[in-house]
Amino acid sequence: MSNGSKNEYIVRTKGVVKEYTMGGQTLQALKGVDLDIRRGEYISLMGPSGSGKSTLFNMIGGLDRPSQGSVFIDEVDMAQLDAAELAYLRCRRIGYIFQTFNLIPVMTALENVTLPMIFAGTPSEEAAQRGIRLLEIVGLGHRFHHKPTELSGGQQQRVAIARSFANDPAIILADEPTGNLDGSTGTEIIELLRRMNKDRGVTVISATHDLKMVDVSDRIVYIRDGLVERIENREDITIHLGEMAGAGGLAH
Amino acid sequence: MTGPEQAPPASDRLIGQAGQRQVHLPLRKAFGIALKGIQVRFWRSMITAAGVLLGIAFLAATLGQSIIESHQPVLNEQGLSQAQLMVQKQEAQVRQVWLVSMSLIVSAVGITNSMLMSVTERFKEIGTMKCLGALDSFIVRLFLLEAGFLGVLASFFGFTLGFSGSIIAKMFEHGWNVWRYLPPGEVLRGFVWSMTAGTLLTVLATIFPAYKAAQLPPAAALRSEI
Ligand SMILES: Nc1ncnc2c1ncn2[C@@H]1O[C@H](COP(=O)(O)OP(=O)(O)OP(=O)(O)O)[C@@H](O)[C@H]1O
Ligand SMILES: [Mg+2]
Repeated sequence: MSNGSKNEYIVRTKGVVKEYTMGGQTLQALKGVDLDIRRGEYISLMGPSGSGKSTLFNMIGGLDRPSQGSVFIDEVDMAQLDAAELAYLRCRRIGYIFQTFNLIPVMTALENVTLPMIFAGTPSEEAAQRGIRLLEIVGLGHRFHHKPTELSGGQQQRVAIARSFANDPAIILADEPTGNLDGSTGTEIIELLRRMNKDRGVTVISATHDLKMVDVSDRIVYIRDGLVERIENREDITIHLGEMAGAGGLAH
Repeated sequence: MTGPEQAPPASDRLIGQAGQRQVHLPLRKAFGIALKGIQVRFWRSMITAAGVLLGIAFLAATLGQSIIESHQPVLNEQGLSQAQLMVQKQEAQVRQVWLVSMSLIVSAVGITNSMLMSVTERFKEIGTMKCLGALDSFIVRLFLLEAGFLGVLASFFGFTLGFSGSIIAKMFEHGWNVWRYLPPGEVLRGFVWSMTAGTLLTVLATIFPAYKAAQLPPAAALRSEI
C-alpha cells in the first residue's frame, strides 16, 4: 500500500477551493490550492493579510471542509472521515498552535498540556508525567500550576506548544504563532519550534507574516489571493538574501 | 474501540487504519472538568446562577403567596353573599394562575439569557477543545453537567429566598398564624415545581446553544470573538 515515493508526502492538497457566502455575495478565499508537503519539513506560509493563509490552515487541519478539492493526510482523503475519525486525527496526529494561544483559561499550564492526553485516554498519572516533561522542554519547568492569566504572552505560547506536542503528533500546524509577541520573544518561539521539528522529526506548517520564520524554514510557500504564487527552497532564499545584501552594499 | 495502545512514532502512518476513532470519555472525567470549571469561574458562575436564582425566587414568592392566600380566612367586611364570595374566590384564583405563569415566563427569559451568554462567551474554548480532540458529545455533556450543577444550586437557593420572602411579607398581615395557611403538601409541591422549572430551564437554555456550538466546524467556533 505505502509505496516509497507517495509516502514521502504527509500532506497534499488538490485543487482546494474555499468559498464563503455572506449576504448573497460569494468570496473565494482559496481558488484552487495544490500543495505537497514532505514528512519532517518546516514550511512557512507567507502572504499578505487576507490572502487565505488561515483558511488553508483550517483546511489542512481538518477544522473546516473545502468547498471543492481535497486534502490528503497520509494519502487519506479527509472528506472520507467521519466526526469521530476526524476527532481522532486532531487529537493524536495534529498539534495546533494559534496566534491568540487559546489556552483553556480555567486550567493550569499542566492541565492544559494534559487535556489532549486525557482525550486520548491516557491515564492521569502518565499524562501528568509527560506533561511535566513537555513543560520542561519548552522551558516552563517551574510554572506547572500557573493559570494562563498569570503567564506572559511568550510563556502562554510555550504552554500552547507543549500542549500541541501532547500526543506526539506528526504534524504541527501554527497560525501566526508569533503574531501577538514582541520581536525577541517571537524569535525564541520560532527557535523552539525549529528545535522540536529537528529533534522529533515532526512536520511544521506555519502561517506567518514574520520574516524571521524565513531563516528556519525548509520551504516558503507564498500565498496571494487564494493561490500559491510560488514556492521557494531555503537554499534559494539564502542566496536571495545574500543578493539583496549585496545589492544594498553596492548602492551605498 | 481503540485501546490505550502506545502512540506510534511520528514517522508511522497517520490515518487509514480501520477503527482509529476517538473514544468517548468516561462521565467521571467530564464531571471533574465541569466541577473545576464552576469552581474556577466561581464569580462568573455565581452571576449566571444569580440570573437563575432570581427567576426562581420570583416564581417561589408567587407560589408562596398564592398558597397562603388560598388558605387564609376570607374577610367579609362588606357582608357579601355566599355567591358573591365564590365569584371573588374564583377571580382570585384566575389572577394567581396568571401571576404564576407570568413569573415562569419572566424566569425563563432571565435564565435563557444568562445561560446563552455563558455559552457564547465560550465559543472559542469549544473550538479549542475540538482541536484537542474532544467529541461533540463530550462538549455537550460538559455544558450539561455544569448547567445541571448550577441549575440545582440556584433553584434551591432561589426557592428558599423567594418562598421565605413571601412568608415574611404575609406575616405582617397574619403574624404567626401564617404557618397555619401553609399545608406541607402544597409547600412541597411548590418546592418540586421550582426545582424542576429552574433546573430544566437552565439545562435547556444551555444545551441548545452548546449543541449548536459543538456542531460547528472548529474553524467557525474559533473565529467568534466576544
Ligand atoms: N468565516 C469566514 N466568513 C467569511 N469570509 C471569510 C471567513 N474566513 C475568512 N474569510 C475571508 O477569506 C479571506 C482570507 O482570509 P484568511 O483569514 O484566510 O486570510 P489570512 O491570509 O489568514 O490573513 P491574515 O494574515 O490577516 O491572518 C479574507 O478575505 C477573509 O475576509
Ligand atoms: Mg490569518
